[in-house]
Amino acid sequence: MSSVKDKLRAFSDSSLFLPVVALAVLLAFNAIFVDGFLTISLTEDGRLYGRMIDILNRSCSLVILALGMTFVIATAGIDISVGAVVAISAAVVCTLLGGRGDGVAETPLALAMLAAVGVGILCGAWNGLLVAKFKIQAMVATLILMTAGRGIAQLMTEGQIITVYYKPFAYISGVIPGNILPTNIFIALAMVLLVAFLMKKTSIGLFIQSVGINPTAARYAGINVTMVIFLVYAFSGFCAGVSGLIESSLIRAADANNAGLNMEMDAILAVALGGTLLSGGKFYIGGSVIGAVTIQTLTTTMYALGVSSDQLPVVKAIAVIAICLIQSKKAQEMFAAWKERNRGGSKSLSQGSGSTGTKAVNEA
Amino acid sequence: MKKILAMLLAVMMMVVAAGCGGGGDKASSGSGAASSGGKKITMGFSQIGAESEWRTANTESVKKAAEEAGIELQFSDAQQKQENQIKAIRSFIAQGVDIIAFVPIVETGWDTVLKEAKDAKIPVIVVDRDVKLADDSLYVAKIGTDSLTEGKNVFKWIDEYMTKENKKPRGGTDQFQVVVLEGTVGSSVANGRQKGFKDEMAASPNAAKYNILASQTGEFTRQKGQEVMESFLKSDRDKIDILFAHNDDMALGAIQAIEAAGLKPGKDITIISIDGVKGIFQAMIEGKANCTVECNPLQGPVLMETAKKILNGEKVEKMVYVPEGVFPADVAEKTLPERKY
Repeated sequence: MSSVKDKLRAFSDSSLFLPVVALAVLLAFNAIFVDGFLTISLTEDGRLYGRMIDILNRSCSLVILALGMTFVIATAGIDISVGAVVAISAAVVCTLLGGRGDGVAETPLALAMLAAVGVGILCGAWNGLLVAKFKIQAMVATLILMTAGRGIAQLMTEGQIITVYYKPFAYISGVIPGNILPTNIFIALAMVLLVAFLMKKTSIGLFIQSVGINPTAARYAGINVTMVIFLVYAFSGFCAGVSGLIESSLIRAADANNAGLNMEMDAILAVALGGTLLSGGKFYIGGSVIGAVTIQTLTTTMYALGVSSDQLPVVKAIAVIAICLIQSKKAQEMFAAWKERNRGGSKSLSQGSGSTGTKAVNEA
Repeated sequence: MKKILAMLLAVMMMVVAAGCGGGGDKASSGSGAASSGGKKITMGFSQIGAESEWRTANTESVKKAAEEAGIELQFSDAQQKQENQIKAIRSFIAQGVDIIAFVPIVETGWDTVLKEAKDAKIPVIVVDRDVKLADDSLYVAKIGTDSLTEGKNVFKWIDEYMTKENKKPRGGTDQFQVVVLEGTVGSSVANGRQKGFKDEMAASPNAAKYNILASQTGEFTRQKGQEVMESFLKSDRDKIDILFAHNDDMALGAIQAIEAAGLKPGKDITIISIDGVKGIFQAMIEGKANCTVECNPLQGPVLMETAKKILNGEKVEKMVYVPEGVFPADVAEKTLPERKY
C-alpha cells in the first residue's frame, strides 16, 4: 500500500505528471460528455474503429514533428520551417508517384518515400548550416524556408493539388490489409522508441542539453557544438519529411497550400505543453509526445461536441490557456505548497523545502 | 466593331487630352495621358497569385479573353500579398492605363489606393472577390460569382434528387439528416453559400423533410474536410443521409472518410459540393459523389465586355454575375473532357 503511495508521490514529482494530468482531464471530460468516445469496435474487414483510434491516427505527424522540435528547442533554437518542409515532402512524394487516374505509380513507392524523407533531411541540413555554421539566429534562418518552402512545393506541383490514385500509397496513413491499426501509428511509435533508446543508451541527450544551457561551456568541455546544432536541425528536417509522407498519405494528395499549414506552431505548442522551456536546456521527450496527443484530442473534442465553427477558435484558445496555466511555474509552486500542507506536520519541514529547492534549481 | 471602338476611344482620349484633366466623367477616362489615335485599350490587371487549379483557370480566362477582345493586358501577380497588389495598382496609375481590374486578396484596406485611381480618372473593376469600402463610388463594377445562388441551387438539386430517386432516410425517421462542411469561417463565400442553402431550405415546401444534423468548418481544405467528416461519422454513422460541402476539395476528403467508415459515398450518403473542379468529376464518374454546383472561374469574357462598356460610356450594373451551371453525376463523364479547371 505504502509503496503504491510512494510511487504515486514519485510520479507526481516527475516532469511527466502535469502533461499527463492535462491529457487525462481532457479524456475524462470526453468520456463523460461525448457518447461512445471510448468505444472501439472492430469493422468487418478487421480494423479497429473509434474516436480514440482517430486521435492516435491524426496526432502521429504532430508527434513526429514534436520529437524533432524538442531537440531544436533544447539547444535554445527554434525551427519554424517544419510546416513548409511538410508541404515540400508531400509535394515530392506525390509528384514522383504521379497523379495518374489508372492507379499506376510512375516511381516505385519505396523510392518516392526515400526521396521525400531525403528532401526533408536536406531542408533540415540547410537550416542547420545557417544556424550552426553561419550563426544566423534560428528564428531568422528557419524563416527563410518557412516562406520559401511553400513556394518550392507549389513549383513542384505546378500550383495544382496532385491526387495519387496508386492504392498502396494510402497504406502509409491507412491500414495495411490484415493489420488492425493504421501504419502511421507504428511509424510514430518506432520513432519515439528510437529517440528514447538514443536518450537512454547514448550521451546525445546530455550533449544537446549542455549546448542549450551554455554553448561556450559545452565547447570547453569538448563537445562539438557546431555539429550538435547542425544535427538537431537535420533531425528536425528528417521528422518533417516523415510527417509530410503521413500527411499526404492521409488525403492521398499533395496540397502545397495547406499541407502542414501552421503545424510549426502546433509543434512548438506541443513541446511547451510537454514542459520543455523555450529558453533551452532540459527537455522532456515524453512530455512533448503527450503534448502533441493533447492538442489533437482537443481538436477532436471540439468536433465531437459540435462546437459551432465560429466559436471554435475561442473555445480552443480558452482550453489551451487553461492547460498552459496548469503547467505554469506559479501553478506548480502552488501545487507543491498544497502538497506540502497535505503531507501534514509529521514530515519535517526541511525535507519539504529541500525538494522545492531542487525543483527550482532544475527549472533555472 | 473593334475599329469603331478604337476610333471612339481615340476620340475620347483626344477630348480628355485637349481638356487636359479638366472635367470628363470617370467612365470616359483616358487618365490624362495623351496618346495618339488608334491605340488599343490597356487594362491593368492584378491577380492575387496562384493558389489552386481554380485560380489558374481564372487567370487563364482573363488572359485569353483580353487577347480575343483586343485589349492589351498588363498582368501583375501579387503572390498572395496585399502590398504587392497596392503597388501594382499604383504602377498602373503611373503608367496611365485605361482601366484597372483586380482580384482583392482581402476585403479591406483598399480605400486610399482606389481613391488615387479615381483621382487619376481611371475606372476600377473588382473581380471575383468582395471589397469593403467607405465609398462605393470608388469602383465602377464588381464581377463575380454569386455564392448565395450557389447555395440555393444546392438545396434545389438535393430536394429534386431525393424525390426523384425516392430515397428514404437511413435512420428510420421521416427526416433526411444533412451534415454540412463549411468553408473558412467568416469568408464571404462560405457565408453566402450557407445562407443561400438555409434560405432555400426554409422557403421550400419540403422543409420539414430535412434536418441539419451538424455543421462544422472544414476550412476549404481536403484534410480538414476529411477530419471533420470522420468525426461526424463517429457520432452519427447510421443516420447521415446527405453531405453538403462548401467546396469540392472538402467533399473529396470526406469521401475518403466515408469509405473508411465502411459506407458507400454517393449511395449511402448523397454528396453535393460547389466549385466544379476536375477531381470531383472524376469522383462522380466513379459513383462516389452525386453533384457539383459550378462556381465559374471563367470570368475573363464578362470582364472584357464590361470594361469595353464602361470605356464606351455605357451604363453597367454595379454587380455583374457570371453564368454558372449545375452538374449532376450523370453528365460527369460527358462534361469532364470539356472542363477547363
